[in-house]
Amino acid sequence: MARTLITVPSTAKRGEVIELRTLIAHVMETGFRPDANGQTKPRDLITRFSCRYNDEVVFSAELFPAVSANPYIAFTTVATESGTLSFSWEGDNGFAQTETVAITVT
Amino acid sequence: MQRRDILQLTLALGAGVIVRPAYATSSEMQAAIRSYADGAPVKVGKVLLDVSPLVENGNAVPITVSVQSPMTAAEHVSGIAVFNDRNPQRDVVRFTLGPRAGRAQVSARIRLATSQQLVAVARLNDGSYWSHAVDVLVTLAACLE
Repeated sequence: MARTLITVPSTAKRGEVIELRTLIAHVMETGFRPDANGQTKPRDLITRFSCRYNDEVVFSAELFPAVSANPYIAFTTVATESGTLSFSWEGDNGFAQTETVAITVT
Repeated sequence: MQRRDILQLTLALGAGVIVRPAYATSSEMQAAIRSYADGAPVKVGKVLLDVSPLVENGNAVPITVSVQSPMTAAEHVSGIAVFNDRNPQRDVVRFTLGPRAGRAQVSARIRLATSQQLVAVARLNDGSYWSHAVDVLVTLAACLE
């Protein structure tokens, strides 16, 4: 399990635009770099990221080798109702991780 | 040919060299943008790609793309993509968003292999595409070590 850092306000007013910041520990090996022996290191990337708000996808991203290691993505959403925000990362070599955060909307 | 003609010609040539952008958009990047836009014309404006013009470390370059849009169901940004000119691959990242985003603004950290041009393209729900290009200078390159 890769370490993640997710910043979500724990409470928000209904209709408020909240900023969600996510970071996951991952090497994002591009598949272009040579290792010490001159062999190209195999590609190991996160290719998809998505955010679901109460099971509805509100944001997604397609990542390419030009995204830095430990990909950081910040975006916004409208706080509509109390519930959970789930963040999913998918990548090469069967990488898949989902984290959920609860939010209370008043 | 008189001396003044030669001088004028030299000046004109010199000016021509100076006004050319530092990094012209490569045909490869234009092709990548065209394929993202599905052949639709990409206009300049509405989009702001915020990135430092002088990058010290190309391994993690913070970028922020914001688009002028009310983000309502009737009028919103449906996608944002970032392209580069001189990395091994033209694509950087593609975001999909919708009216539930509230604000058309996304941030990420990217790699830059060398000094080059970055282009952010936004897709609006009415099918129009808007872009903003920025030239960046990179002192420590990523991807090549």
